[in-house]
Amino acid sequence: MWRTLDREVVRDVLALAAADVVIGASFGAIAVSAGLPLWLPCALSLLVFAGGAQFLAVGVIAAGGSPLAAVFGGLLLNARHLPFGLAIGDLVGRGRLGRLVGSHLMTDESVAFAMAQRDQVRGRAAFWATGTVLFVVWNLGTAAGALAGTAIGDPAALGLDAAFPAALLALVLPGLKDRDTRRAALLGAAVALAASPFLPPGVPLLLALAGLVVAVPRRTAVPS
Amino acid sequence: MSIVAVLVLAVGTYAFRVAGPLLRDRIVLPDRVRTLLSISAVVLLFALVATAAVMDGQRFAGWALPAGVLAGGVLAWRRAPFVVVVVAAAGVTAGLRLLGVG
Repeated sequence: MWRTLDREVVRDVLALAAADVVIGASFGAIAVSAGLPLWLPCALSLLVFAGGAQFLAVGVIAAGGSPLAAVFGGLLLNARHLPFGLAIGDLVGRGRLGRLVGSHLMTDESVAFAMAQRDQVRGRAAFWATGTVLFVVWNLGTAAGALAGTAIGDPAALGLDAAFPAALLALVLPGLKDRDTRRAALLGAAVALAASPFLPPGVPLLLALAGLVVAVPRRTAVPS
Repeated sequence: MSIVAVLVLAVGTYAFRVAGPLLRDRIVLPDRVRTLLSISAVVLLFALVATAAVMDGQRFAGWALPAGVLAGGVLAWRRAPFVVVVVAAAGVTAGLRLLGVG
């Protein structure tokens, strides 16, 4: 798999992994210092493996919210994986087992890396490389952070919350050269931003799909 | 949060993840739909970038965060290496916070 990857992709994935391990550690530390048992952040990282939903769930619990709210909020945030899977299902893996295992490695980053490649073979390799590396460092980071507890510093002070959106932006940017895609993405982002103050996290992302309306009409404009 | 809650979240998340790839195995999609699906992934990722850069939950995240992401975006647009984009975004945000910008 690694031979199929361009050296650039390997380097970029490792850069993201470095940031991921720190964020994973802060997740573990935050969870434990909120009074949750050691195993809980580790189980979340292993079984859920979705940073945003994990921070949300632990945040809800730490603020005294119910487990039901934590689970529901996390699921809403993760619903975007359904359209992701429909879009890049072919890149997730070959054969049934490959797809069943590969699906667990589906994250914003692995999807973005896969889509940024120029062909299917490279896309699949990038998906697995990103997914596997991030899975390993995320879990190691979580365990280390949970053990170290409050000794871990604040990732916001390091600006790491800016690193991930910037990384995704860099990966998505080439795709925005296409006019239909660009218009749909801009409209979708506007819809998501407008909805964000009023709806729980995750729902505005799904509403962003409304941006697709500007990409659809061409089908009727070109008679065939 | 009990082990049951963790498992429900895990199973639900996995169901969202696995549904797409398994459906793609069973149905043959017309080219136009495939194109729309790839566009929808870009739309989702771009909306995620926009909301993650500006919002902290349902509140405005402060200026330091969008400034860092924007700096990274400009560098990416100018074809700077990926590592530079990521480090610069974090650096700008961290620097602004150090200066007391929210």
